Amino acid sequence: MGAASDTTAIDRAFDVPGRSLWIDARRRLTANKAAVSGMAILAIVTLAAIFAPLLSPYSYDATDYGVISCAPDWWPGSIIACRAGGQHWFGTDAVGRDLFVRVLYGARVSLAVGLIATLVSLVLGVGYGALAGFVGRRCDELMMRFVDVLYSLPYIFLVIVLMVIFNRNFYLMFIAIGAVEWLTMARIVRGETLSIRHKEFIEAARAAGVGRFATIGRHVIPNVVSPVVVYVTLTVPNVILAESFLSFLGLGIQEPLTSWGVLISQGADQMGSAPWLLLFPSLFMAATLFSFNFIGDGLRDALDPKDR
Amino acid sequence: MVSFVCRRLFGVVPTLLVIVTLSFFLMRLAPGGPFDTQRRLPPEIQRNIAAAYDLDKPLYQQYFIYLDRLVHFDLGPSYRTKDFTVSELIADGLPVSARLGLSAMAIALLFGISLGTLAALRQNSATDYSLMSLAMCGITIPSFVTAPVLMLMFGVWGVRFLGYDISLPVGGWNNGAFANLVLPVTVLALPEIAIVARLVRGSMVEVLRSNYIRTARAKGLPEHLIVLRHALPPALLPLVSYLGPAFATILTGSLVVERIFAIPGIGRYFVEGAINRDYTLVLGVVIFYAAFILLLNLAADILYAVLDPRVRYQ
Repeated sequence: MGAASDTTAIDRAFDVPGRSLWIDARRRLTANKAAVSGMAILAIVTLAAIFAPLLSPYSYDATDYGVISCAPDWWPGSIIACRAGGQHWFGTDAVGRDLFVRVLYGARVSLAVGLIATLVSLVLGVGYGALAGFVGRRCDELMMRFVDVLYSLPYIFLVIVLMVIFNRNFYLMFIAIGAVEWLTMARIVRGETLSIRHKEFIEAARAAGVGRFATIGRHVIPNVVSPVVVYVTLTVPNVILAESFLSFLGLGIQEPLTSWGVLISQGADQMGSAPWLLLFPSLFMAATLFSFNFIGDGLRDALDPKDR
Repeated sequence: MVSFVCRRLFGVVPTLLVIVTLSFFLMRLAPGGPFDTQRRLPPEIQRNIAAAYDLDKPLYQQYFIYLDRLVHFDLGPSYRTKDFTVSELIADGLPVSARLGLSAMAIALLFGISLGTLAALRQNSATDYSLMSLAMCGITIPSFVTAPVLMLMFGVWGVRFLGYDISLPVGGWNNGAFANLVLPVTVLALPEIAIVARLVRGSMVEVLRSNYIRTARAKGLPEHLIVLRHALPPALLPLVSYLGPAFATILTGSLVVERIFAIPGIGRYFVEGAINRDYTLVLGVVIFYAAFILLLNLAADILYAVLDPRVRYQ
């Protein structure tokens, strides 16, 4: 017994494969039932949205005046004007279009708006925040002052003005909503950057002669990822809500294209006589928003090192 | 303290200027104008109208004219609602919107704080989980879904409770009668209740774990005193800084709610104004709301500094 066996014990201790933050996080995330079911629901909705044309024989814009506002065959109750029959699983809308296909096409638009606008806010916010936090001093103060100014704008009003001006341009809506949502992202990233700016590994990078922008890109941004990931998953539902809000006011997507917001607002108009028109889009939207929120909460718990 | 408030007040001015400039020029980028009608007016009449509203001058001159008026608290005439100034229109809608928003805020705070505290006190119990899932519902279900559903339930079907008919009107204002307020205020307050409850629960859980609460318990203080006197005030601090954003959300929500329930508030003017290219009306509402939110944020900051001695006026 002596020094030799001690070192082997230490060696053995070091032989245990290291667990990175990400492996740990994934384990904790997959143990979170709410987050996993959220991911499952989201995957199903996304796949259904992508393969929408294959799932139903009807087209999203084909009208059929034989089945106007008809209930699906399985809808309970006897005082319903007509039954849609055929493969109209969710019934038909006020001009006889199949609601099932329209809900899935609405999912396409809503999810696309959610993802693209979030991407815009991600790029803007992370770049801006990391730059402000890393450069610091006067530059930081100026840049964050600018964010403060934009923060106090009643932004939804500006988005409305934008949508009116550019005549409900589809792409502009992505950009307008994204350009609004980046502010919080910039603040989060800036705060995180400030806290790691003086860590040793940044100093080491500088000592090794890495340029300023390369340091930001290679060393700062990867280390602020976890709060950003959490915030992104919570931004997507916000964006989807914002889009549906605009669509509800009649400033969003235009016919025959549709989104959940448009479908819900049309459903609300006929709620008394054809409740399925409100029910199905609302269910899809609520399920999706729930999923994103559950995943976001799950990620926050999984990535927060304080809770280990 | 006084210098802190003054400095923050002066900080509001450049922010407002940015907002005014941005919205002024954005509005003018729009194709079409406020006086485009189905029937084309004779050119001389068009010229007269443009001259009457200074629309014939170069854009930068119009901008300075607008700024000059704004400094004198004159928001200009409405282009589409004839014979009304924007200030008159806002003054007309404000009492309605304010009553709606303030009632919603009061209800959100009352229910949010009590539900959040309840959830925190029973942390990780069935009560906690069900309250927090309800809160999640409140956040994810948009007001334009809750509104028609509630309208259907309380207005169209009619609800009987203990033999009383508690049907409610589904629209109109009726000079702010209580029955007309119930549904719109509920719809407006629901998401806010959810957010407040989540916030309060989070901070309350943290406060309840702190040492001085344990001390209070060790000294044998009754539970309701611990909660009300020692835990609640510090737990409500984060709520103060949420006040500004909360009012912003309620204003946004009121756009939809005023439209659904046909309530003659400011939000309706705004959407209609934007669609009709009523430049002055839209600008007026944006500036009014922006100033309101800025002042609220300022008030929240000051209140925070007063309530939390650790915050210094910088």
